[in-house]
Amino acid sequence: MPIGVKTLFSPGHTACAGCGQAIGARLVLDTAGPNTIIANNTGCLEVFSTKFPETAWGVPWIHSLFENAAAVASGIEAALKYLGIKDKINVIAQAGDGGTADIGLQALSGMLERGHDILYVCYDNEAYMNTGIQRSGLTPFESNTTTSPPGKESLGNPRPKKPMPEIAAAHGIPYVATASVGYPQDLQKKVKKALSIKGPKYLQVHVPCPLGWRHLSNLTFDIAKLAVECGLYPLVEIENGKLSQVRKLVKIKPVEEYLKPQGRFKHIMSLPEQIKAVQQIADNNIEHYGLKS
Amino acid sequence: MKQFLEGSRAVAEAVKLCKPGVISAYPITPQTHIVEDLAQIIADGELKAEFVNVESEHSAASVVLGSAACGVRSFTATSSQGFLLMIEVLFNIAGMRIPLVMTCANRAISAPLSIWNDQQDSMTARDSGWIQLYAENNQEAVDFHIQAYKISENKDVMLPVMVCMDGFILTHGAEVVDMPDAAEVDKFLPPFNLIDKLDINSPKTLGAFADPNYYMEARYAMQAANENALKVIPKVADEFKQIFGRHSGGLVEAYKIDDAEQVIVAMGSIVGTIKETVDELRAQGKRVGVLKIITYRPFPRNEIIRALKDVPEVAVLEKAVSLGNTGPLYSELRADILGKGKCSKISGFIIGLGGRDITKESIKEVFGSLSKEETACKFIGLKEE
Ligand SMILES: Cc1ncc(C[n+]2csc(CCOP(=O)(O)OP(=O)(O)O)c2C)c(N)n1
Ligand SMILES: [Mg+2]
Repeated sequence: MPIGVKTLFSPGHTACAGCGQAIGARLVLDTAGPNTIIANNTGCLEVFSTKFPETAWGVPWIHSLFENAAAVASGIEAALKYLGIKDKINVIAQAGDGGTADIGLQALSGMLERGHDILYVCYDNEAYMNTGIQRSGLTPFESNTTTSPPGKESLGNPRPKKPMPEIAAAHGIPYVATASVGYPQDLQKKVKKALSIKGPKYLQVHVPCPLGWRHLSNLTFDIAKLAVECGLYPLVEIENGKLSQVRKLVKIKPVEEYLKPQGRFKHIMSLPEQIKAVQQIADNNIEHYGLKS
Repeated sequence: MKQFLEGSRAVAEAVKLCKPGVISAYPITPQTHIVEDLAQIIADGELKAEFVNVESEHSAASVVLGSAACGVRSFTATSSQGFLLMIEVLFNIAGMRIPLVMTCANRAISAPLSIWNDQQDSMTARDSGWIQLYAENNQEAVDFHIQAYKISENKDVMLPVMVCMDGFILTHGAEVVDMPDAAEVDKFLPPFNLIDKLDINSPKTLGAFADPNYYMEARYAMQAANENALKVIPKVADEFKQIFGRHSGGLVEAYKIDDAEQVIVAMGSIVGTIKETVDELRAQGKRVGVLKIITYRPFPRNEIIRALKDVPEVAVLEKAVSLGNTGPLYSELRADILGKGKCSKISGFIIGLGGRDITKESIKEVFGSLSKEETACKFIGLKEE
């Protein structure tokens, strides 16, 4: 971050070089502004930003457990309503992909269904990174993680990503969006929009993890952009259950360009059939969301 | 005002008097009536509070963690399986030093599935840092909830408090209770004023992670707060008496133990049955008594030693067992008492698991067996094969 720029998420935390989640969290919070209270699940973000007695957070921030940020945020929102000050304050619940799509899904579903006025942000680095790169429900197809390793009998993670945005949208909530740190302005615009809407909102931000994805730490933005440009990470908005906006792709890139710089896909780079299988996922997205401009 | 109320209703009314701003609820027998009654109280406009119908007990505890962290007095209740599902959050609440009150309507743990009473659920949280108060009757259940907020919010304590009341026996039993007057409760219980809270005017980070340089100090502080609670709890009971005119609460209650040769130690509603049995046996000239543990956590070691050190034969009667060892209260108490003063024998008994009937006869059986060989973990009331 350039020196002299004001932020509510201070530098000096212990995130890895090139951490996409640190960038994402700063963008989200600086867009939300000081009148914000955050409930954070356990995970990389929580650990690298709050090593006692230091903290990176310039707003009221609470961490309780791995799977309950949505419920803690629900309690915060209820308290603010009781105090009659909810309208002045943004409540954000935030978590990683594992804390969102797997262990925290029930609490999130409850939060969405109950209609709390909360923005839930999932920082999707596509594995349980804080515990050392294990597979989650949002780990992509054929990705190499420590619990989905390729081998004689395995090509890596056997399943595609859980369709979390659709699952969130199926709750009939007013606003669901996907974003990427590769498109910071788009991300900020979506945070702003989400916070202007009353009720539960779900935002899923693609955040590359150089350590877990095994790419060079100076490639975070490029990789994030490539994921969008090849159709593997469509940037969409779903309002009241209906797809309302997609980021159209002017020139669609082959998935290979995205996969190649990442060690987590190294094992399939010499297997054209497998690359084709991943390309198929991108093609389906392009078709399904109408990404072609 | 004296009223004839179901235990759950009485507790709901007591909670109302404490004016919580957020209540989270999830159904589980035999706790459910409490939150149902509170839902109605709020629906009728008798209490201004946010009532959050959560999707699990894990979230029930998490919601009140979040709301109390904003400085808003909060409440929830549970039993049994719900209690176990909460337990990760319960440890966390205590560690975060968030003042809260919850009711545990005590119920057995599955398997086998049982909706009936024992105290195995709350016992599993004895190492959590929560203060645990066990009510003998519905009057105590009412009084303890009101005292619990005052204990929990005391700045030398800042630990959550659970009021444990035997499921069905108390929660579904109707008794006459003297309901405290609202204005007097206001006098007794000042508004909740949390210093380290989530407040945009003074941003703080709560729940930071601690490396080995800090963790142990945080846990030591919890232990010290528990020590403080041993002083605060009796003080709160005294203040309660000054305002409401009745003694209720504290650490232990001794019943006819001054000259006793045999004393049973127990917690919760069973104490009522033991007292009646003691009266009958005393009428026959037997020197027996009962020591009620009101505050199980923090453990009132000194009060227990003072009460029992000259009692030759002590029995601990419990509705929970640390499987593979003995009843938990027995093992703790034995370590403290044995070898002090004239106490030469201390036996442990497990009784009333999963709602097994507890009769005066079974209490007499316990008194009768005390002069025989010491037993560490004898199950009372098992069916003959
Ligand atoms: C109940 C529970 N289970 C497991 C863990 C261990 N754990 C802590 S963080 C974490 C990984 C978090 O992954 P994710 O939510 O994707 O966030 P990331 O670290 O990748 O940002 C795990 C498994 C825990 N703290 N609590
Ligand atoms: Mg992750």
